[in-house]
Amino acid sequence: MDIITLAIMLLKLIVVFIAMLLGVAYLTWLERKVLGHMQIRYGPMRVGWHGLLQPIADGIKLFFKEDIVVDNANKVIYLLAPFIVTVCAFASFAVVPFGNELTILGQTIPLRIADVNIGVLYIFALSSLSVYGLTFAGWSSNNKYALMGGLRASAQMISYELPAGLSIIGVLMLTGSLSMVEIVNAQKDLWFIIKQPLGFILFLICSIAECNRTPFDLPEAESELVAGFHVEYSSMKFALFFLAEYAHMIVMASLVTTLFMGGWHLPFIDISSLHPTTLIGQLVVSLLPICVFGVKVFCFLFFLIWLRATYPRLRYDQLMKFGWKVLFPLALFNIVLTAVLQIFNLL
Amino acid sequence: MIGSIIKRIWALICGLRETLGYFLKTTIFGKPITLMYPEERWTPYPRFHGLHKLLRDDNGKEKCVACCLCAAVCPAQCITIETAENENNEKYASSYQIDISRCIFCGYCVEACPVGALLMTGEYELAEYTREGLLYNKERLLRE
Repeated sequence: MDIITLAIMLLKLIVVFIAMLLGVAYLTWLERKVLGHMQIRYGPMRVGWHGLLQPIADGIKLFFKEDIVVDNANKVIYLLAPFIVTVCAFASFAVVPFGNELTILGQTIPLRIADVNIGVLYIFALSSLSVYGLTFAGWSSNNKYALMGGLRASAQMISYELPAGLSIIGVLMLTGSLSMVEIVNAQKDLWFIIKQPLGFILFLICSIAECNRTPFDLPEAESELVAGFHVEYSSMKFALFFLAEYAHMIVMASLVTTLFMGGWHLPFIDISSLHPTTLIGQLVVSLLPICVFGVKVFCFLFFLIWLRATYPRLRYDQLMKFGWKVLFPLALFNIVLTAVLQIFNLL
Repeated sequence: MIGSIIKRIWALICGLRETLGYFLKTTIFGKPITLMYPEERWTPYPRFHGLHKLLRDDNGKEKCVACCLCAAVCPAQCITIETAENENNEKYASSYQIDISRCIFCGYCVEACPVGALLMTGEYELAEYTREGLLYNKERLLRE
């Protein structure tokens, strides 16, 4: 590996990391604004134009808050938990392809950090690992509410990881690969949302449950468990949980985009077939896939916030019943249906 | 069975439509009902029960005849009046105090006044740093 490839790699890492952090920061802003407007109020308005500097103010505030370590906590696990969650959430983004290839000055840069041939599996593994962080946080805080939150997180993860994994098997059968890039390339002509509508809906529901978002936010149900697993966390340790939750949302939105919504592909137009002659045109065409990907991810994030503004939280038994008795059989049915249709060459 | 499932899913979609409707109504097609308070202010209605005001007649003389009916009718007993006589042997209030911290803004004092000397204005920004600031004496109540 020569020095230029290494430099490009490092640059990509830094850019993606910063973009992720900024995305998380402004996702909190977006959430507060959208929730506010859906409840006929403004949301943040005072810090900067329409509250645009609010995430930065919040970050500074959290940074200077008192950092409390609970006396009766299991110190090692207590301090480890927020890092597990954050690392898992951020590392998941490594295999997300946010564009095809960028050609600048004769250098071809693939727009992803790593094209792992088991990309989907990798994301699933990391998102199941992150639940250890939540469970550890709940257990080590030595607080009954936190423990309840942690237990709920693990039970919910087991119940929803399964249908989530099963619902994408249809996509994997159609693609014949676990690589994120190949899945996107397979959707060049027709997005998988059309071939796999049931799988899409199931996966969407499961991904909401995996982000611990309303209506599946049982682990941090504030009206029952104060704040759930992170009751005893303050300052930057709390901020890490917060960061991880929103990063997880972005990862899940990217995953839905990649698996079902055609990744960076535009509908009806093949971007790679465009060959503009002017320099500006070339620049636009090379940056267009990233924008398309970004817009799709944004739409899903908006949808997640929209759901939060609309639906009340499920009761715990309803959550379990829904996961095991509705989503799980439907996911199995989707696999059988896809297999049968594929045997008869109908897909 | 199938019908009830479809009905429930339809209800979910209706919920989403409702919130999106509010989102559009408060962003593209209008704005939220929130008032950005220090910059935007609400105009009280004409009969709003705000801070009291003592009135003067056309000659600039106080209308109050110190009959003490307002103090008698006040359910919160927040009006304190001391009476005196002027050089024409007319009764007047030498001191007239309303304790706004106890006032419930019911407006009975205004209704009870036989000479129409008392009025409730639309003034509602009554916060003060001290309790003494909330005791309105005659000079402050006679303000223009």
